[in-house]
Amino acid sequence: MSVLVLIENIEGNFKKKSFELAQYAATIAKNLGTEATALVLGTCDNAAMTQLGAYGTNKVLHVADTKLNQLSAKAYAKAVIAAAEKIGAKVIIASHDNVGKSVAPMVAAHIKAGIITGAVSYPDTSNGFVVKRNVFGGKAFAFVNISTDTKVLTLLPNSFPVIAAEGTATAETLAVSFDDQDFGITVKETNKVTGAVPLGEAELVVSGGRGLKGPENWGIIEDLAATMGAATACSRPVADSHWRPHHEHVGQTGGTIRPNLYIAIGISGAIQHLAGVNGSKTIVVINKDPEAPFFKAADYGVIGDALEVTPKLNEAMKKFKAAQH
Amino acid sequence: MKILVCISPVPDTTTKVAFTENNTQFNTQGVTMVINAYDEWYALVRALELKETGVATAVNLVTVGKPEADAVIRKALALGGDEAIRIDTESTDPYVIAAEIAAYAKSENYDLVLAGKETTDYNNAAVGPMIADLLNINYIGFASKLDVANNQATVAREIEGGEEVVAAALPIVVSCQKGMAEPRIPNMRGIMAARTKPLKVVAATGIAALTNIVSYEMPPAKTGVKMFTVDQMDELVAALHNEAKVI
Ligand SMILES: Cc1cc2nc3c(=O)[nH]c(=O)nc-3n(C[C@H](O)[C@H](O)[C@H](O)COP(=O)(O)OP(=O)(O)OC[C@H]3O[C@@H](n4cnc5c(N)ncnc54)[C@H](O)[C@@H]3O)c2cc1C
Ligand SMILES: Nc1ncnc2c1ncn2[C@@H]1O[C@H](COP(=O)(O)O)[C@@H](O)[C@H]1O
Repeated sequence: MSVLVLIENIEGNFKKKSFELAQYAATIAKNLGTEATALVLGTCDNAAMTQLGAYGTNKVLHVADTKLNQLSAKAYAKAVIAAAEKIGAKVIIASHDNVGKSVAPMVAAHIKAGIITGAVSYPDTSNGFVVKRNVFGGKAFAFVNISTDTKVLTLLPNSFPVIAAEGTATAETLAVSFDDQDFGITVKETNKVTGAVPLGEAELVVSGGRGLKGPENWGIIEDLAATMGAATACSRPVADSHWRPHHEHVGQTGGTIRPNLYIAIGISGAIQHLAGVNGSKTIVVINKDPEAPFFKAADYGVIGDALEVTPKLNEAMKKFKAAQH
Repeated sequence: MKILVCISPVPDTTTKVAFTENNTQFNTQGVTMVINAYDEWYALVRALELKETGVATAVNLVTVGKPEADAVIRKALALGGDEAIRIDTESTDPYVIAAEIAAYAKSENYDLVLAGKETTDYNNAAVGPMIADLLNINYIGFASKLDVANNQATVAREIEGGEEVVAAALPIVVSCQKGMAEPRIPNMRGIMAARTKPLKVVAATGIAALTNIVSYEMPPAKTGVKMFTVDQMDELVAALHNEAKVI
């Protein structure tokens, strides 16, 4: 019995959510009286892999096939199953992001293991194997039990604080025999948004709605985000009107985010918008209408004109940042 | 080319989420069921567009559920689609749903199976890739564009921090999200036509669930919003630092 965790690398390196995932797997393993092994796919820096030890996963299996540098869910699933077999994994964990959400269900179906996606807690094994997860877009939680012997989980990023300890991991190469069909997906073109903080894993998010009146006013949102090191987001009508790119749209039909801080500026707080941001730890709402529904979901509020309040908040943030150094 | 669109009924988005029976059951009282937005606006509409442009020859809809799902699948048929299949079983565990759909689809030779990226109630995001595995075909998730020509699909998919355009030979499973198509509203003709379209009910193969929901919990209620005036931005920043501890 052991725990396997799929750790994605971005061009050979790991991100904070990878360490969170490694630590999550290591903690589960420890609670079950066993060890966690990380699985790394595609080209990855050896030094990066040894870092995982600081988060409790001391062993790494590395499938170095360069074809894995691009996501083919089928090939990834095959590698996960091969690694799980090798170490006799009873718990298989991945991130609840686009890669994990594609691969983990394929693995679960293949080995007929129960899966819980978007986990936000450690398993409670006092009566079965029960994990807490978000449902209804963060409006509620469900406690779900897995009844199969092997369990598959995806962890919602930003659910646990990440604490580095001592330790280095050792990497071992794992050979997996793929066939052509596993790589039936060919990447033609990649367009990455460079420079900006990716929205899905941002801890701080500044978001604008129709209250900003038009794309020409987005400078104040970007300035505040830049001061804070935050990502930018928007409401759906803003993306639909092409004021902002579609990948920034959050809500029920857009992205679901769970930052530590969500600042909503000129957004009414419709239920479909809240569905994507409900899980934020702290919400600040800036709106000129004291009756805006968003205030009911907020921790802090400012009634006022976005075009006046936002630059003032930016000045205050700058002052705060300067004082911190 | 034949397309199968997976349709999930979900509570209307304005539903007030509440639980009964000591927080073990979702309270369905007064809840209107609608088509999951990703299935309707993106997967189904794109499938219909592919048929209208002559790329697809048939668009079939499938749902796993009890007779309560019929009204929702009729709404989907009102938008378009040739026939609907309801696999008659309770839909709770994603494996059961995927395995029942795969068991039905296996003998039907669909070239393209479209699902939504997730349901807006249980947010599993698992059924699409599970179907792909069970049919032993490739899966492309989080697609915002889909074109098919010469037995090959070209798909734009969301990746971390951007987008990627990929190509794959059919058959494949694709899960759909925003960008794929523009929402449509069913017209009177569609609604009338849907009444006479076939809705086949097939028996489930009886696959057992691998997971079960033990109970639900509501998040702690917000303690109330603390207000600041336009001239108190330093105070707001201080509260975010000292009190909320998020900056
Ligand atoms: C099925 C379905 C799914 C949906 N999915 C999503 C989704 O994923 N995400 C999403 O966001 N929406 C979604 N919507 C739309 C949603 O219902 C709302 O219409 C939308 O969120 C409103 O966006 P908004 O708050 O930016 O605009 P509005 O509702 O127009 O609100 C603008 C707000 O700005 C305030 N304001 C105006 N001027 C100023 C000013 N000068 N300074 C400060 N404040 C000002 C106003 O008081 C108002 O509160 C969905 C709707 C449906 C039916
Ligand atoms: N009961 C169901 N019947 C048919 N399709 C479903 C059902 N549940 C989910 N799906 C499909 O699978 C997608 C993802 O659902 P889920 O994995 O439950 O989040 C949905 O958008 C639907 O396309």
